[in-house]
Amino acid sequence: MLLSRVPFAARSLVVALAAAGAVASAAAADIKIGAAEAISGPAGQYGQSIRNGFQLAVDEINAAGGVKGNKIALQVEDEQGKKEQAIDVFKKLIFQDKVLMLFGPTLSNSAQAADPIAQAAKVVVFGTSNTADGITSIGDYVFRNSVTEADVLPETLRVAAKHTGLKKVAVMYGNDDVFTKSGYDAFKKALEDLKIPVTTTETFAKGDVDFKAQLTKIKASGADAIVLSALIAEGAPIMVQARQLGIDLPVIGGNGMNSAKIFDLAKEKSDNLWVGSPWALGNQTKENEHFVVAYTQKYKAAPDQFSAQAYDAMNIAAQALGKIKLSGDLAADRKALRDALPSVTWTGATGAFKFRQAMDKSGKPAGHDAQQAAIVSVTKGGKYSIEK
Amino acid sequence: MLEQQLVNALSLGCVYALFALGFTLVFGVLGVINLSHGAIFMLGAYAALEVVTRLALPLWIGLIVALLVAGTVGLLIDVLVLRPLRARNAPHLIPMIATIGIGIFFNSAVQGIFGAENLRFPSEAMPDAQLHFGGVQVSVLELVIIVLSFALMGTLMLVMKKTQLGRALRAIAESPKAAALLGINVEGLFFLTSFTAAALGGISGVLIALYSNAVFPLMGQPILHKGIAVIILGGMGDIRGALVGGLFLGFAEVLAVAYIGSTMRDAIAFGLLFLVLLVRPQGIFGKLLERKA
Repeated sequence: MLLSRVPFAARSLVVALAAAGAVASAAAADIKIGAAEAISGPAGQYGQSIRNGFQLAVDEINAAGGVKGNKIALQVEDEQGKKEQAIDVFKKLIFQDKVLMLFGPTLSNSAQAADPIAQAAKVVVFGTSNTADGITSIGDYVFRNSVTEADVLPETLRVAAKHTGLKKVAVMYGNDDVFTKSGYDAFKKALEDLKIPVTTTETFAKGDVDFKAQLTKIKASGADAIVLSALIAEGAPIMVQARQLGIDLPVIGGNGMNSAKIFDLAKEKSDNLWVGSPWALGNQTKENEHFVVAYTQKYKAAPDQFSAQAYDAMNIAAQALGKIKLSGDLAADRKALRDALPSVTWTGATGAFKFRQAMDKSGKPAGHDAQQAAIVSVTKGGKYSIEK
Repeated sequence: MLEQQLVNALSLGCVYALFALGFTLVFGVLGVINLSHGAIFMLGAYAALEVVTRLALPLWIGLIVALLVAGTVGLLIDVLVLRPLRARNAPHLIPMIATIGIGIFFNSAVQGIFGAENLRFPSEAMPDAQLHFGGVQVSVLELVIIVLSFALMGTLMLVMKKTQLGRALRAIAESPKAAALLGINVEGLFFLTSFTAAALGGISGVLIALYSNAVFPLMGQPILHKGIAVIILGGMGDIRGALVGGLFLGFAEVLAVAYIGSTMRDAIAFGLLFLVLLVRPQGIFGKLLERKA
């Protein structure tokens, strides 16, 4: 099962080397890949999941002999979820550690600030969690496998509307964060497209502990559902306080709400939360089941969307690495990797994946977004069930 | 809807007040704006969480442990950091800057030990009972927070006004040097104040963690900013001011959401605060150029 996840070329190489009794060949060099993620700070829980996903993929790839016999050496740096820190870490990885490519950063906010550094240095930057609009318009070295909210949310709304029969919704979002604000924009557009009226739009800020004022207003507005663009830190208390106020409406969440943490944080009040995502814990494909089992064994915790996307991203990068011949000239290798990436296709934990050309603001080809179908799930009794 | 919003405002205001009480006490007696109070608040929550989850003990023991842990940390901060600075007559901004460092230290340490993710108290730790008063919903926890805020404020004020200890503290607030000359054990009372203020911070950390269902390393930061606003509004170092300032901010925020719109919440709440300070720059209960305990 493990070997089946590794490119054929690498597999045959392992066999050949093992037969020759020379697995640790002197010719094989480490491929340095950097990851700048928010290991600490407010986004730390996402960054840590992402790091775990990368590490699991690297361990599997290396255990199977690496990419053409070359081991992947992953270097993770903490960008703390801060723009300034992300820029510093990008510079360190690119110019000092001379990585072949880098993953990250965790938040779209930081990606807007730091990705231009990688673009200018002509190094592939591969986001696994940046879902805000415009990230890949930065340039042709910018890739992501995170599906944008603009692609996921219409599907989430459509499925939720079909099952709950909602007619009008209240909207609630965090207005001091690029990620939750961009989720709100995507929801707003999707609601307009689906012609679902909005009864009231409420906002909150990061670090708020009390949402009852907004929720009381929503209750009085007569909505059939709450559309919520929030990170889990605020989203979980919002669900709890809504239920405490006797609001038993379905909650339709954005990307930030798509974490199994909701079951720990909101307990029995986590029911009836609709989320869409390229990944779902209960999605029973061969690749996903392998990932869930391996992750749970290694980290003694359930994976989330962020670790799944990181895991797939590392495998996608390994596919591209398998297509190129490393020359030892860093600039040439960095460019060869960029040229190899767009045509990679991969079926991993998040299902079938390919890249889609993204355009910059003037309509010229720029970086690459993900082309992937969303899976919509609803929570019930501490579990996700997939709805179509 | 209005009745529910007024109850929401009262409980939010008391959440702010509970945090601000310890914060203002340190300023009133020691003359230090203790910016590590947010971290102490967070330590209290983690201490209680450990007791409740790892040792499987009831919540009231968790509260006592939170009180002791936070109080001890507050005491240590005074002994190890603030007292050496006092002894060297450091200018008054220096202790404040030092407390920023202490806050960062504890935030990072907790993140290192417990991880960055949100945790919560097990749902059986606190009865999630909702009381209904004619369409208005109040949780038992909210009632506890409201009653405790008023009770603590009352107790602190009684101690300050009626007891020998309170008189000594007020003398120190007036002038530590003069108080020492009168034979008051100034350093001892500084320790006591630091312990008490931090213990209050620890307890409010537990209650607010229960209230918002979230324990995380940076939980003290947003409320620290609100706490600063509350004690400036109430009058720096004034105990009544902590409660009145907290209630003012709570009502301003909730009513702004209810009648104007949540996007304008902070603009309105802090705009009102600014207007009050224009009329009374010393805060509601503050006196100009004079510290009060």
